[in-house]
Amino acid sequence: MNANTTTQEHATQMGLNADEFARICERLGRAPNLTELGIFSAMWSEHCSYKSSRRWLKTLPTTGAQVVHGPGENAGVVDIGDGLAAVFKIESHNHPSFIEPYQGAATGVGGILRDVFTMGARPVALLNALRFGAPDHPLTRHLLSGVAAGIGGYGNCIGIPTLGGETHFDASYNQNILVNAMAVGLAQRDRIFLSAASGVGNPVIYIGAKTGRDGIHGATMASAEFSEDDQSKRPTVQVGDPLAGKLLMEASLELMAADAVLAIQDMGAAGLTSSAVEMASKGGLGMELDLSAVPMREADMSPYEIMLSESQERMLVVLKPETMETAQEIFDKWDVDFAPIGTVTDTGNLVLRFQGDVVANLPLAPLVEDAPEYDRPWEAITPPTPTPNDALIRDMPLSVALKTMLSSHFLASRRWIYEQYDRHVMGDTAIDCGGDAGMIRVHNTQKGLAMTTDCTQRYVLADAELGAMQAVAEAYRNITATGALPLATTNNLNFGNPEKPEIMGQIVGAIKGMGAAAEALHVPIVSGNVSLYNETDGMAIAPAPVIGMIGVIDDIMRARRQAITAPEESIYVIGNEGLGTGWLSNSVYAHIIAENTDTAAPPPVDLTAEKRHADAIRALNDKGLISAAHDVGDGGILVALAEMLLAGNMGAQLTLPAHRLTHDWAFGEDQARYVVAVADAPVFEAMLTDLEVPFQKIAMSVAAKELKLGADDAIALTELRRGHEDWLPNLMKG
Amino acid sequence: MPSIAVIRFPGSNCDRDIITGVASITGTKPSAIWYKDTDIARHDLIILPGGFSFGDYLRGGAIAARAPIMDEIQDHVWRGGYVLGICNGFQILTESELLPGALMRNVGLKYVCRDVVIKAHHADDGLLSAFKDGQSFRMPVAHNEGNYYADEETLARLQDKGQIAFTYTAGIGGDKHIDANPNGAIEDIAGIVSENGRVLGMMPHPERNLDPIHGGGGQDGRQLLKNLIEAVAP
Repeated sequence: MNANTTTQEHATQMGLNADEFARICERLGRAPNLTELGIFSAMWSEHCSYKSSRRWLKTLPTTGAQVVHGPGENAGVVDIGDGLAAVFKIESHNHPSFIEPYQGAATGVGGILRDVFTMGARPVALLNALRFGAPDHPLTRHLLSGVAAGIGGYGNCIGIPTLGGETHFDASYNQNILVNAMAVGLAQRDRIFLSAASGVGNPVIYIGAKTGRDGIHGATMASAEFSEDDQSKRPTVQVGDPLAGKLLMEASLELMAADAVLAIQDMGAAGLTSSAVEMASKGGLGMELDLSAVPMREADMSPYEIMLSESQERMLVVLKPETMETAQEIFDKWDVDFAPIGTVTDTGNLVLRFQGDVVANLPLAPLVEDAPEYDRPWEAITPPTPTPNDALIRDMPLSVALKTMLSSHFLASRRWIYEQYDRHVMGDTAIDCGGDAGMIRVHNTQKGLAMTTDCTQRYVLADAELGAMQAVAEAYRNITATGALPLATTNNLNFGNPEKPEIMGQIVGAIKGMGAAAEALHVPIVSGNVSLYNETDGMAIAPAPVIGMIGVIDDIMRARRQAITAPEESIYVIGNEGLGTGWLSNSVYAHIIAENTDTAAPPPVDLTAEKRHADAIRALNDKGLISAAHDVGDGGILVALAEMLLAGNMGAQLTLPAHRLTHDWAFGEDQARYVVAVADAPVFEAMLTDLEVPFQKIAMSVAAKELKLGADDAIALTELRRGHEDWLPNLMKG
Repeated sequence: MPSIAVIRFPGSNCDRDIITGVASITGTKPSAIWYKDTDIARHDLIILPGGFSFGDYLRGGAIAARAPIMDEIQDHVWRGGYVLGICNGFQILTESELLPGALMRNVGLKYVCRDVVIKAHHADDGLLSAFKDGQSFRMPVAHNEGNYYADEETLARLQDKGQIAFTYTAGIGGDKHIDANPNGAIEDIAGIVSENGRVLGMMPHPERNLDPIHGGGGQDGRQLLKNLIEAVAP
């Protein structure tokens, strides 16, 4: 046994405080050696142990008839009918992406894909949620172009379409960008693979790329604040190899199809450490590994480095012993490394050997069960008051306000970004980026799978509980607008330093709001990720509890897009009454037109109305009464309408009387609303009347390519489009 | 029906898509041939699918073009067989000099994925024989290296011999906001054929617009592939 014992000094360098180090020594009955301490530090990092958020995450709704596997596995698994399951999760790669945007984003995509195919699911779609600093901040263009290229670089090469995402700009992200990637996969419901090791004596196999020194202690880096003069944590970014990822994916899926796999786990954060510990501990067993047998890319790597490397494109597998030969053949075919490195034991310990010596011998229970859980002090949020509409409304034609808003950083087209993503590979794309939600056909069926990401961080900053509730509600509307039924949720909690009571208050509030909405809307949270310490020199990001959601529609031919493509259709707002008339406080209108950037109260959320209005949309669509649909979000009704017209290159004329065409009506961000285009207006109105859901006809579509906003206010689509499309390319040109 | 095979390289990622697409037209699934199998059975049409063969780590298609299976494909071409290369398949065809010219990085140096409209050019023989001159098709492109280039002499020969198969043209839903040519290709070239008309390389993906669920309605890519299959039919 390696006699190099460690002290508090080593522990501090690895991000463990005095209490935590004392606890480790007590549980072991001795001080750990350096390798062992490294393993503890990774497993007890915020990133792996959720020590600040765990007691609150436990309160989230995670169950439902549709849930096959909730949180705790590599990804959530949801029944989508006909013996099929959707497997999905979102994960952050914020810190690495700031340091090296291309590789940080690329490996974020690679990592989340492994989480999905580890479970036996073939990945079928990618989404993302991105946050950058102010558009004019000197780092923004560099970071955005690197991140977009990195996401595309990995996803395009491995051949999974990117079908959705959202990008926002805010000065609070100047030094801490957010890069959250979500992956969705499909599997047979009864062919899901889990990570719990089984069968004492069974072989433990290392598959995939070789191990190098990249990413050592990435999990610890993701659990600390940045500081301007602290460069020391920065060179630890992993490098992605999408071809290796593709080959590993194909070989793994083939191995699973060959019925050779008992347990499988990807090596993500904390690499071999977390995969070995999780597999052995979930199986209630032990594991013995010979680190000398690990395929290595660099010479003279120490056991410490091998255990904590975050080299990409690697997995750990417990194989049925009789399938070794078959497995070897599969990996030879795909030219992927396949190395037996250990066995499953019944000792309850993780034993590591290196060049003949035992270099670590740790009981698994303390590593997993005794990780600290903190009840960090938190300050309850005092909900802010709304800014009155009178203080915000400016005197200008609707068309001018509309064009200005559509050309602002909030609402301008993200085409410059998503044209760098392959959105059609796999051949099943029905709706790609730029709409409310992406949709693919479930291969070889008529079923459609809808998916979206969403979060309006300015709402969350003002009122974390309400803002997180709104994020769930908006994601739910995104899915609903396609005609699909939302099924389940994944979340990515991006916050600042939880050791500060006001930040912890945001986390607690957001979890409460998100939980209430997920419960009321029957979209349980089945997977997720927490990214804390998104701060630089004490300045925290605007909190972003990003919501990823999926839904299903049985007949994909009934899926609806947001584009209005026919003239002479009636255009309605569904759900416009009884929810206040025109909530401008903290809206895009307030920020852009009134230049009021107060963190004022966001619009209220009525979860009962959300559910009822969404059910109405699905009922109408099932009867074939809707030809296009779009949820009302940022920018309000008129922005939603304009986006539908631009998407379909169709004009429209507002039909409301002049006195109703106010700025608060047009741009208020009241929730639970949709804009829909309808061919058969009488049947549509009769059905909504029966359902007792409020509606209002606002416009007719017309062939002339302009939007008429009243007697003497009109704007050509080409003019709206120009500002909307040019903003981002112009920014990136510099 | 012609016998059709699709070659799979490590990193090919549109192999399943083109197999599904062709099967939806012919009713028969094309055979998938793994690149290590150098003894390929005789087929009328060999398809090199899109993707990132060998990661495209040197240049698009450069490593695949030197794989042993390319000798078999060369033999197939000499026997007068038909070859269709889509996207990365087109890159492999130029890299292996089965087609002239080169596919360079896109102008703007960014990957581009968007719908384009291409115009077909008729030829009396070979793969273009079922196309009407000027027949137009809408479908997506998705590539890093689609910027076709040939020197003046080669270009003149291509024009002279009617080897320019497809050219990018304006007109996506009346939206003139976007350049018709997505990558800066010389003379708006989206696809070319060999002198005998039997080897075709093209950047756009017909297999991505051939199903009613697809954004473009599914007719154009289907028609384009139908035309090719008709030309190949023995």
